[in-house]
Amino acid sequence: MAVDKDIRFLTPPSFEVRKKKYCRFKKSRIKFIDYKDPNFLKKFLNEQGKLLPRRVTGTSLKYQRKVSMAVKRARHLALLPYMADLLK
Amino acid sequence: MLNQYETVFIVTPVLSEAQMKETVQKFKKLITDNSGSVVHEEDWGLKKLAYPIQKKTTGFYNLLEFKVDTSFIQKLELDLKHDERIIRFLTVSMDKHAIEYAQKKRNKQNEKKEA
Repeated sequence: MAVDKDIRFLTPPSFEVRKKKYCRFKKSRIKFIDYKDPNFLKKFLNEQGKLLPRRVTGTSLKYQRKVSMAVKRARHLALLPYMADLLK
Repeated sequence: MLNQYETVFIVTPVLSEAQMKETVQKFKKLITDNSGSVVHEEDWGLKKLAYPIQKKTTGFYNLLEFKVDTSFIQKLELDLKHDERIIRFLTVSMDKHAIEYAQKKRNKQNEKKEA
């Protein structure tokens, strides 16, 4: 019966320590998300110009709604594309 | 009841500079005539659109920040819609956070100009 100690891994098992996600708006106390500033909004879009989900960006529900409203307004004003490839 | 609004509109690139200025003047005058006041006005100039609007890929962007009576907004939007020189517009009412943000941005720009 192989004792646990005998089992040796080639590389130590690195448990991917999950970085605690935080809402950047609450932390930096941003109260208003400007729909006229596409560069800032691009941080919340993937390459195809689609909105990133909260589990990826970690923003709280209240600010995620503000971000989605701002992005939709920017898209209406042709500051952001509805559909893009290689947006970044 | 007086509220603060912000309108961004895109003017077709076909126009000459003078015609473009004239359209902006037309709307500023429209606002001031109806007991409103223009707080701030910005001209972003010719910018590339993210997608073509009415077969055009560029447009003159203009921003108008103004205080006006709530009943007037419907008339303003109607005029914006009927004016063919304007290919797209968006009117947004500003809450206190938006007003404070715009104020801060203006102060920063003024400081930069002075420095």
